[in-house]
Amino acid sequence: MQTIPVAQGLFTGPSGAPQLLASRCTACANHMFPLQAGCSKCGGASTTTVELGRRGTLWTWTVQSYPPKAPPYAGNVDPATFEPYGVGYIEIDGKLLVESRLTIADPDFLDIGMELELVLEPLYVNENGEQVVTFAFAPVSATEKLSQS
Amino acid sequence: MSDDVAIVGIGMHEFGRHDGVEGIDQGVVAVRRALTDASIQWEDIQFAFGGSQAAGAADTMVSKLGLTGLQFINVSNGCATGGSALFSAYNSIKSGMFDVGIAIGFDKHERGAFRVDLKENGLEDWYGESGLALTTQFFGMKINRYMHDYGISHATLASVANKASRNGAMNPMAWRRNELSVEEVRSSRMLSYPLTQYMFCSPAEGAVALVLCRADRAREFTNSPVYLKAAVVRSRRFGSFEVMAPHLATERGDGPTIDASKAAFEMAGVGPDDIDVAQLQDTEVGAEIMHMAENGFCEHGEQEEMIARGDTEIGGRFPVNTDGGCLANGEPVGASGLRQVYENVVQLRGNAGPRQVQGNPRVAYTHVYGSPGISGVTILSR
Repeated sequence: MQTIPVAQGLFTGPSGAPQLLASRCTACANHMFPLQAGCSKCGGASTTTVELGRRGTLWTWTVQSYPPKAPPYAGNVDPATFEPYGVGYIEIDGKLLVESRLTIADPDFLDIGMELELVLEPLYVNENGEQVVTFAFAPVSATEKLSQS
Repeated sequence: MSDDVAIVGIGMHEFGRHDGVEGIDQGVVAVRRALTDASIQWEDIQFAFGGSQAAGAADTMVSKLGLTGLQFINVSNGCATGGSALFSAYNSIKSGMFDVGIAIGFDKHERGAFRVDLKENGLEDWYGESGLALTTQFFGMKINRYMHDYGISHATLASVANKASRNGAMNPMAWRRNELSVEEVRSSRMLSYPLTQYMFCSPAEGAVALVLCRADRAREFTNSPVYLKAAVVRSRRFGSFEVMAPHLATERGDGPTIDASKAAFEMAGVGPDDIDVAQLQDTEVGAEIMHMAENGFCEHGEQEEMIARGDTEIGGRFPVNTDGGCLANGEPVGASGLRQVYENVVQLRGNAGPRQVQGNPRVAYTHVYGSPGISGVTILSR
């Protein structure tokens, strides 16, 4: 099945090790996600696109325990099979905090300050039979285990 | 303090669910009740500011109230719609342009969590498709970090909902009038960790209208005028942590509540210690707790002890959300900020019955917060 990103310009790939794309203000070095033309800090009009590091630390989190309304949500909303997902802000390289899905949804395994790594998560299969993916963060230990197996 | 603008009439349509009654018609009911309260006729109202988020344009209600040709301006400013209508009415009188006008807020939302209009919030489709466009997530994440930083307990979260339900039970205009025990709140369904179902308010229906006039004419309409000492709306600054934000800066800055609060205290010439009763945005229990500090009523973390001591109860040192707040009334977005002002007028007039704050409260405070990072504050006094 062909894999396509939920939107262009959010992250590299979708094959290989994904990286989020951010705008960096050429005047004050403020970082913003997703890409935007102006700077929210200094009001400058010039930004460049940069690839963010793949790892970060969890700044805060919650768990989406009930199916969101669809639209806008494009994932599974069937109450019988809906699987809760985590949501958090991840601080990356001291540059910015990115809001993202988390691959784990169990409060017992989520801690502020834990190290996370970017992965791509299947969201839905579109009308062309393509697997649409979005970005998410997973515990580093889990991704290391995956790559070793 | 100057006494430039007075509130001389208040009207409210009951909050809750009203199947078969359009939002705009609830607005008309609120207007009629406010006119009766001020003993004034619709044709004597010189201007109106009104708005809803999801129930249509306010100015269409003139076809039911009377086509008098008044200046009627629709206001649309997210969760600060009601506050913005009030701010605009205040300025219209203070500028000397008009003597008597009305501010109106009403709404009617579909059931369940708010469906976020991505474009209206400046967001792209992927954000909603990926499951991030839910206001409940923001509230869960903000209080989770706050609990981590300032030691607020899960028990304190539950006790705020318990208080709201007790106050709501004494308010005939409230939607939810059953007391919920701390245990019922804690054991209800977990929606957005650490917040359970009964820790959240629900989208609702309802309307509020306020008749305002030049202060020196107030006694023509009422024996108990309440003066609008400050009405302030502020948007977010760089570094603040707001709802519907795909990214945040690493440096933390003051949110719009802190800015609006400081500006309102300055405008009114009073400080937090002068406030006798406060209505603070309680979209969920964490919001009430955090907003106590953001509005300058305590230090961060002090809430744990204050709430345990009963300070924020109606009989406490600093009563908060005496009408049950959003938690008991629900949140018709366009009307919510004006509901807070309505309750404060009732309290300052001494008409709140079993939920009356004792000791003849003289100065009262309201604070509304919402998407996309906007706060409105008012200060009223007798």
